[in-house]
Amino acid sequence: MAFESLSEKLQGAFNQLRGRGKLNEKDVKDAMREVKLALLEADVNFKVVKDFINTVTERAIGESVMQSLTPGQQVIKIVSDELTNLMGKTQSKIEFSSKPPTVIMMAGLQGAGKTTTCGKLGSLLKKQGKRPLLIACDVYRPAAIQQLKVVGEKVGVPVFEMGSDVNPVKIAKAGLEHAIHFNNDVVIIDTAGRLHIDESLMQELIEMKEVVSPKEILLVLDAMTGQDAVNVAEHFNKQLEISGVILTKLDGDTRGGAALSVRAVMGKPIKYACIGEKLTDIEEFYPDRMASRILGMGDVMTLIEKAQENFDEEKAKKLEKKMKNQTFDFEDFLDQLEQLQNMGPIGDLLGMIPGMKNNKSLQGMEVNDKDLTRTKAIIQSMTKKERLDPDLINSSRKKRIAAGCGLHVSDVNRLLKQFEQTKKMMKQFGGMEKKMKRGGGMKFPFF
Amino acid sequence: MAFSFFNKLKEGLDKTRKGITDKIDDLFNNYGEIDDALFDELEEILIMADVGMSTTLKLIENLRTELKVRKVKEASEVKTVFKDVVEAMLRENNNEPFHVGDVPTIVMVIGVNGVGKTTSIGKIAHMVKAEGKSVLIAAADTFRAAAIDQLKVWGDRVGVHVIHQSEGSDPAAVIYDAIQSAKAKKIDVLICDTAGRLHNKVNLMNELAKVFRIIDREYPDAKREVLLVLDATTGQNAIQQAKVFNEAAQISGIVLTKLDGTAKGGVVMAINSALNIPVKLIGVGEGIDDLQLFDPHDFVEALFSSK
Ligand SMILES: Nc1nc2c(ncn2[C@@H]2O[C@H](COP(=O)(O)OP(=O)(O)O)[C@@H](O)[C@H]2O)c(=O)[nH]1
Ligand SMILES: [Mg+2]
Repeated sequence: MAFESLSEKLQGAFNQLRGRGKLNEKDVKDAMREVKLALLEADVNFKVVKDFINTVTERAIGESVMQSLTPGQQVIKIVSDELTNLMGKTQSKIEFSSKPPTVIMMAGLQGAGKTTTCGKLGSLLKKQGKRPLLIACDVYRPAAIQQLKVVGEKVGVPVFEMGSDVNPVKIAKAGLEHAIHFNNDVVIIDTAGRLHIDESLMQELIEMKEVVSPKEILLVLDAMTGQDAVNVAEHFNKQLEISGVILTKLDGDTRGGAALSVRAVMGKPIKYACIGEKLTDIEEFYPDRMASRILGMGDVMTLIEKAQENFDEEKAKKLEKKMKNQTFDFEDFLDQLEQLQNMGPIGDLLGMIPGMKNNKSLQGMEVNDKDLTRTKAIIQSMTKKERLDPDLINSSRKKRIAAGCGLHVSDVNRLLKQFEQTKKMMKQFGGMEKKMKRGGGMKFPFF
Repeated sequence: MAFSFFNKLKEGLDKTRKGITDKIDDLFNNYGEIDDALFDELEEILIMADVGMSTTLKLIENLRTELKVRKVKEASEVKTVFKDVVEAMLRENNNEPFHVGDVPTIVMVIGVNGVGKTTSIGKIAHMVKAEGKSVLIAAADTFRAAAIDQLKVWGDRVGVHVIHQSEGSDPAAVIYDAIQSAKAKKIDVLICDTAGRLHNKVNLMNELAKVFRIIDREYPDAKREVLLVLDATTGQNAIQQAKVFNEAAQISGIVLTKLDGTAKGGVVMAINSALNIPVKLIGVGEGIDDLQLFDPHDFVEALFSSK
């Protein structure tokens, strides 16, 4: 989960402050040392960390905090505020030209994920009703053009290419003409990865920029980048004047300090974040949500939005009732599984729930998408009666179910046990629902 | 020979050097005596080089001890001592450069997306082939779009056959095929590309475990080399990558790529002390020859030598 470590570390630092009556300067400074370490370990740029710590310390040592009844809470709030400040307060979307096609140019280091991101962005824009065209201008890396073609085909977005023997600037120009001719209202130009210090290759991008007049030049940046991120971003910006950043590989255990740093130093917004390997794993970047995620407060807004996209209102209401009456059965379970699978990787979802990371009952419960498919298979080989009344399932029924889905009885047993746990967990979620209402006004069925 | 190698490394590390040594030279010229400010600045330089906080603190501690032992009083001498200290730490964990001795050898190349696995495989194949060994490549990244085509281009460049199936097929099946082919043709070195993925640890582990089971079963006599490719641009997350992959596979060495950029690659030191995995090769460009054996002394020399 993105930023997990950082938020845990910060929580650790804050726990020392939380609940303490009075704070002295030393308390604050000690906690700030922890914050500093946490930020550095998350690859936040050294200079950014320094500034950040100074600002927060100054505010925290201020009169009103020291004399307040809950100074620890106050310090946490200050850190949270300042972090949000760093990430930029408002969300920025990409801008579309009033006279289409809107030209979007991608740029970045080798291996940052440009080609995949082109496909993801194309797919997203298509969903939003645009008619994008991808232009393959990476003529250097072997099979880069082929890769873009495959990706384009997968998401149903056309790709313009001229092979790898043509000058990229020429390809970009021809691609743009092609787009005008075929009524594509957005073009996304994939370019070869290059080092920011490679002058001739940077010159090529500068020429391309002059020829296609892009509305957006997006720097594709690997979220795992270290201290050099700022350096790279500044170089690209100086030469191309980028309009924003797309952060890739923000999944796994990426801490993403690069995101903080680049935003803080360059002042250019992060517009999208790529959060997984599937071509749908791209989302608009909400800085405030990210800040609260860093702090371990959970990303309730994203979760609720995902839920709203995928949950059937009618079913949700029914389920809520069942949760209350404790009559949740395997039919419902199956339903939930299916809806959940539509929402994306489960691990990501759990991390978005406030307090979930520290939830004892969830720890050690490895959820992965393969398990889900298997679980579905087991439920599907139960009879309707069994699904509605799991108590019916005795050992001969278990054998039949196992045979039906090609698994072992032990798998069936495990599921039955999990189901019981789930029912217990639902009680907890019932409590959380109240908190969620404030955020989105949405009932939240979940298991 | 040794000289030209050193020059090549220096060339690759040129930008690295510019970044770190300019600062260090500034630093040592600016301070007459050894005081806390000097150590603070030193700390900053190492952090900016992605060495990481804990390793940095350890290095500074070592430096302090060494300065006492050698009774150093002048700030200008600190640099030499510091070079020794850094090299000593590098040497502790990096005493076995990459070398294919016994044949047959199977080289598994693993790592996250975009670090340079496929490119490094092309370079390694070239290097091993130049030693007169027969080489075969297995295209077991069946996940990323056109990864197989990319590897085939490298195969053509190097003149090495690439065993592959179609995109989306089972990587273990590709490895199985490749092993059979390597055995039949009495190939010396089989090099296997794999899909880069981190986001789902469970899948990654399962996939790699399956591949290694196949190797255990089908190629038990082959010497095994498991190379983790790391991008020098990556920060502290590289440690996490090394940890995750080390759980899934016994990593025998690291290939540190993209040292031709401005990234300093200091994370190597952090990984060394955290996991005891040696760096065996470094990538210094996208060309077929842009691969070097990792040598602690040359590395530190190139890092610290003034222009
Ligand atoms: N500058 C530079 N680029 C490299 C180096 N190694 C690989 N690359 C580039 O990094 C990008 C990703 O490499 P690739 O081999 O496809 O990575 P993989 O996803 O791990 O297989 C490609 O554009 C390579 O040309 C290196 O040492 N220096
Ligand atoms: Mg590859």
